[in-house]
Amino acid sequence: MSTSSERKIRAIVIGASAGGIKALLVILKKLPASFRLPIIVVLHVPEDRESKLAEVFQYHLEMKVQQAQDKEWIKPGTVYFAGSGYHLSIEQDFSFSLSCEEPECFARPSIDILMQSAADAYGTDLAGFLLSGANHDGAAGLASIKAAGGFTVVQDPAEAEAAIMPQTAINICRPDRIMTLHEIHLFIADLENTYGN
Amino acid sequence: MPNTANTDIEVKLLIQAIYLKYSYDFRDYAGASQKRRVLHAVRQLGCSSISDLQARVLRDPDMFMSLLQYITIPTTEMFRDPAYFMALREEVVPFLKTYPSLKIWIAGCSTGEELYSMAILLKEEGLLERSIIYATDINPAALDKARKGIFSLDRVRAYTANYQQAGGRAAFSDYYTAAYNNALFDRSLCENISFADHSLATDSVFAETHLISCRNVMIYFNHNLQERALGLFHESLCHRGFLGLGSKETIDFSGFATQFEPLVKPQRLYRKL
Repeated sequence: MSTSSERKIRAIVIGASAGGIKALLVILKKLPASFRLPIIVVLHVPEDRESKLAEVFQYHLEMKVQQAQDKEWIKPGTVYFAGSGYHLSIEQDFSFSLSCEEPECFARPSIDILMQSAADAYGTDLAGFLLSGANHDGAAGLASIKAAGGFTVVQDPAEAEAAIMPQTAINICRPDRIMTLHEIHLFIADLENTYGN
Repeated sequence: MPNTANTDIEVKLLIQAIYLKYSYDFRDYAGASQKRRVLHAVRQLGCSSISDLQARVLRDPDMFMSLLQYITIPTTEMFRDPAYFMALREEVVPFLKTYPSLKIWIAGCSTGEELYSMAILLKEEGLLERSIIYATDINPAALDKARKGIFSLDRVRAYTANYQQAGGRAAFSDYYTAAYNNALFDRSLCENISFADHSLATDSVFAETHLISCRNVMIYFNHNLQERALGLFHESLCHRGFLGLGSKETIDFSGFATQFEPLVKPQRLYRKL
């Protein structure tokens, strides 16, 4: 990793769709409660009902898990899930904002919107991960992270339950790494030590 | 996005230009969505850049009005989040009934969907006659639509389910007349509605109110502007008055968190302390 010695990862953003819950559990499950980086996740959820992802994941994870709220300040050591029916953005003051703009790639919340806003806010200090999914959401977002100098990782399409999302991202964005879920888990667990604050 | 710093500068300059020329203040809107809306407008309005858009907006008020339709985001439906309206009926109406006359403020009424929903609810609860409803927005085109009360028939029919889940007592179609592809809402619903241009960014309180409904407006504000808006609402509300927000909005991260108490927190209904 060429510029790794200057980089200080301050946040992690993850996007996933079909197959995403299982993939996220592999990645996040054994992260200790003391893990300091905030992890912000957009997992596509149906618009018409409340998302229970935060509850489900809190049951399985040691880290604190919450649904991201509008105007909330991003806190270290917390996993945030986007709620249903609203786009989730990160503002330049590192707070969340929600919006009701049109769906993008038929998705609301959109992974692209989270990642593009995160890239604007965190610049080089961001690691973005794109996992299993059956549409193109996230490819442009990951490309934004890369363009802003952040670190980008895509799940190996061969392993992904739905390969379209990671494959599209690989084609469009040329991520820094292609990894299996297990490798992603180890990489994230190590991020603090190697690159964290 | 390469040159993100340049884009940010261009957005800032555009917003400043709008403020200087037209006195519309978008300087404290939430940055991420504002940037997206501006870039979207650049594409849709056929401009070569944000700076090009700015030049045209300065010279041409019609261009500004077109841009306004992109910056102010009119995503709305009638009886949106039916549980909110149900909670209004069950938890707020009993208190409202104790007042001989009521003032209700729909802040950021947009094209009127929520306004008509509120009017219908008040009518069914026997409160419409004693109420004045203030419907305010910064977008004159939206206010105009709201005044007319004409919506697409397909969309209105789709709202029937919302209306029923919100505790609607009648047949939804009783409230509108269908003609071609449009639904025209009953003019009697408007008798007590006062439409006005009002900006939560620049204007002051204009009336003492009993209930303020401001839903999915402040998500587009930054912390500062949300604070200002909440300040207006707090000042406007009578003793123990009610404030209703959008389904994912909260006052928890504002300085007003301790000045309102949650009445029905899941439905974002608060009461002034």
